Amino acid sequence: MSASVLYDAPGPKAVVRNRIYAVVGTLAIAALITVSIVRLADKGHLAPAMWDIFNYTGIRQNIADALLATLKAFGLAAIGSLVLGVLLVVGRLSDHKPIRWAATTFIELFRSLPLLITIYAIWVGFLTDYSMWALAAGLSVYNGCVQAEVLRAGINSVPRGQSEAAYALGMSKTQVMVSVLMPQAVRSMLPTIIGQLVVTLKDTSLGFIILYPELLQTARLIASNTQVNGQYPYVSTIVVIGTIYIAMCLLLSALATWIEKRGRRAKTGIKVAPGAPASGIPTMDAVPGPDLGGAGGAGPTGDGAGGTGVTKN
Amino acid sequence: MNVLLDNFPEFRDGFIGTVSITAVSSVIALVLGVLIAGFRVSPVPPLRYFGTAWVTLMRNTPLTLLFLIFFFVVPEILFPGMSSFVLGSLALGFYTSSFVCEAVRSGINTVPLGQAEAARSIGMTFAQTLQIVVLPQATRTVIPPLSSIFIALTKNSAIAGAFSVAELFGWQKLMSDKGYDIVPVFIWVALGYLVVTFTISGLFRLLERRMEVAR
Repeated sequence: MSASVLYDAPGPKAVVRNRIYAVVGTLAIAALITVSIVRLADKGHLAPAMWDIFNYTGIRQNIADALLATLKAFGLAAIGSLVLGVLLVVGRLSDHKPIRWAATTFIELFRSLPLLITIYAIWVGFLTDYSMWALAAGLSVYNGCVQAEVLRAGINSVPRGQSEAAYALGMSKTQVMVSVLMPQAVRSMLPTIIGQLVVTLKDTSLGFIILYPELLQTARLIASNTQVNGQYPYVSTIVVIGTIYIAMCLLLSALATWIEKRGRRAKTGIKVAPGAPASGIPTMDAVPGPDLGGAGGAGPTGDGAGGTGVTKN
Repeated sequence: MNVLLDNFPEFRDGFIGTVSITAVSSVIALVLGVLIAGFRVSPVPPLRYFGTAWVTLMRNTPLTLLFLIFFFVVPEILFPGMSSFVLGSLALGFYTSSFVCEAVRSGINTVPLGQAEAARSIGMTFAQTLQIVVLPQATRTVIPPLSSIFIALTKNSAIAGAFSVAELFGWQKLMSDKGYDIVPVFIWVALGYLVVTFTISGLFRLLERRMEVAR
């Protein structure tokens, strides 16, 4: 923090002032947390018996089942949204006007509607007895639209010359999309795509509202069906379930960060092909085949600014 | 059509509910988000850690879980009997504050270091640097992401409907419980939300155009 836009490197006076702020700030935050904990403890929410319920095999089994249910819905939604995203982006970039128009309308409509009302409408209207499929379908539709926009941004960030060169080689439209544009787009957008998957994972908790027995619904059931010392163990259950959610999301985010770093490393790590071989005849071996994929790194991998705008949910 | 005409008062209340919970929680999110962003860029380490912890926790918690916390834990800490509207706006506002914080922080970080250094070197005070040099530039980069954050906030406000706040999703639920066909209900609710989100994006586009400068 020696160089920040807002603050100069502190002199002796500022160092003292900052120290005072640090002490006061720490005390204030600690006081806030302590008061909250004391208030909860006073009402008996943090009593050992409240946490003891997680030693029962029944409740442990419930949580394990719920975790599995959440992951199942997430897996389905992840696959569904990625497949739909690819279809929609191909449709949106199509040369045929009706297809382009239909894909654009679909994306714009479902992207600007609350996910919850989509899920609820699918559940009530079509899949009343299959809440998992309703949840997965709703998630796929909404996140598919977002993924399509992410992919479109990725495809647009591939330099024009790439597709022009591919067309010049005589590749068909499908070939250009599949073997030139898509790989580079996916690669440069991978952090954002995974970021959106984190959002998808978080949104599986909407299954709570359509009574799908995922983590949150189970938490609610556990808390409202168990009574300890005449109280419902909401606080302890929420702490346990919240920790599980945060851990899952952080793991997935960590994967995104790791991939982003790896992408950045590859960008600088790829050696520029040494000067053309002395023999003037370009042999097939001299054509840097794999570099085509590597060139994806040359696109704006550090798309943090553009990417985060899309991920917001 | 009948769904809407027969239940217009409820629909109107739901629409007003969506608009007001969006407005109230936007204000909470904006105030809290700017405050936390201030913490995150401050030269005081404990405040920075607090800001980072806040953002990490809020961003990785599902909003529905946050709603559960606010409806079942927070009344125990503060006092019981808070209205569901207040609790819902607090949950939404807290959740969104982390996104606002990140937008503001990245906005401040896009201002080149040389700008502030130049300002300091001609003898501007901290307040002057902030007011005349840093904030005007930061605001311009913050506005587009803020627009999408507030649109997301509007969409997220639907979850409040599931926690018995009167708003549009609540109306959808009510109508489907009454046995109306879900498709027209869905279309009307969708239109209601689209009106709110388009208004927000329009307002922000206006704001953006007014603040635009030639570079």
